[in-house]
Amino acid sequence: MSDPKWDISRINEWKAEEFPRGAVIPEAGNSKYYRTGGWRSERPVRDPKVCTQCLLCWIVCPDSAIRVADEKIAEDTFDYDHCKGCGVCSNECPVDAITMVPEGCELIEGEKDA
Amino acid sequence: MPEQKTIAATGNIFVAEAMRQCAPDVMAAYPITPQTTIVEEYAKYVAQGKVHTEYVTVESEHSAMSACVGASAAGARVMTATSSQGLALMWEVLHIASGMRLPIIMANANRALSAPINIHCDHSDVMGARDTGWLILFAETAQEAYDNTIMACRIAEDPDVLLPVMTCLDGFITTHSIDRGQTIDDATVAAFVGERKPEYALLDTANPVAHGSFAGLGGPFFEFKRSQRDAIDRSKSVVERVGKEWSEIVGRPFGLIETWGLEDADVAVVVIGSSAGNARHVARQLRAEGGTKAGVVKIRCFRPFPSRELAAALKGMKAVAVLDRAESFGAEGGPLFLETRSALYDLEIRVPVVDYVYGLGGADVKLELMRQMYADLSDIASGAAAPEGLRYLGAR
Repeated sequence: MSDPKWDISRINEWKAEEFPRGAVIPEAGNSKYYRTGGWRSERPVRDPKVCTQCLLCWIVCPDSAIRVADEKIAEDTFDYDHCKGCGVCSNECPVDAITMVPEGCELIEGEKDA
Repeated sequence: MPEQKTIAATGNIFVAEAMRQCAPDVMAAYPITPQTTIVEEYAKYVAQGKVHTEYVTVESEHSAMSACVGASAAGARVMTATSSQGLALMWEVLHIASGMRLPIIMANANRALSAPINIHCDHSDVMGARDTGWLILFAETAQEAYDNTIMACRIAEDPDVLLPVMTCLDGFITTHSIDRGQTIDDATVAAFVGERKPEYALLDTANPVAHGSFAGLGGPFFEFKRSQRDAIDRSKSVVERVGKEWSEIVGRPFGLIETWGLEDADVAVVVIGSSAGNARHVARQLRAEGGTKAGVVKIRCFRPFPSRELAAALKGMKAVAVLDRAESFGAEGGPLFLETRSALYDLEIRVPVVDYVYGLGGADVKLELMRQMYADLSDIASGAAAPEGLRYLGAR
């Protein structure tokens, strides 16, 4: 992520007159600088051996947090800076290739279907 | 001075004409009652191809003001009109328009709010909206409604202000009675109001922005309200400056307040809107009869409220009456009384102030009622105790 054009690093010190009038955000598409990944209690993990590349997860992800490269789900699948762990991808995956894993735990081989 | 045309028309037609001359890009309006004939007249201009305005008919006043907010954020010059229940239905969006700092101009025909059902003049609608962050101008006559509309356009869009402005005229008394007044040529108005130059326009795709963002969870909501307060405070001098410029063009005076006969008056009346004429008329009669020397103060600009100007005008009066055409149920008095008495608090010598609620729901404002009020003032000026609490002037 490149640095935002609109520097808000000192926003907590701004006086009333320093804010853009009417709470306007004078830069487009800067919501990506707001990292929502910290909200997650479970993270999605994809099993590439099971995945059929149907791209359904990419379509349904409400946070655009699933990466695609060359029209395929990327190896580095999840943008964990923005994935909130909602589990929609895991729920919608027609072949159960995505598992939700509690944060702080590793996926243990063989426990997936348990 | 450019030549002016004298016409006879209703207050609503004067306002519609002023709006046409200000050339709004968008007008969004709910076309059914309690709507005014302002937008009906304007719709005619659209049908006749006299204006370039995008005229949006919506399904409610809530939607009308919402459409105005969207169009104004897009960068358009936006105008609309409403009245009574219509203004009430716009409520939450009125706050959004001012909070987003959108210079929307709206005419309001002052009319009563239900219940009981009533369609006639009083100031209940606009007084309920007095804390929504809009600037509020009042007209006594169709002429003032015309002038206020054109001035409102400049005031709202002034870079030091950028707030919505409501221009009010008394329902039926001013909106529907045919009055004589002067209009000026289109080119003079166009030059006076200029073009809107929005800084954050949604349609400016080269400089994309987002409007309507969130400022909660410890965010700067408080700071945004403070800057809104600073803007409406700054607007006072802008209203005065624009009023002065317009007076120089048309030769009609404009002030935040307008005073009559105060120079040698012992008592005074503070009034808003069409009843100012009755107040002056009776004051003149009393003077001719050798009676009370009374002055009249008319409020042209209610928000921002001209506290200092009012205090300076009423200093030294032996008694002051406030005429409130709206209630503030449960409060010490009506809205204008609360503002007026607060404005006079810092005077070294206390001025007795009496509140009269009058004319609710179009109740007649008869000259004998005015006389009764002046008689009370005269008694107080001669040493009688000022009555406690508000009085309902003429109510049975």
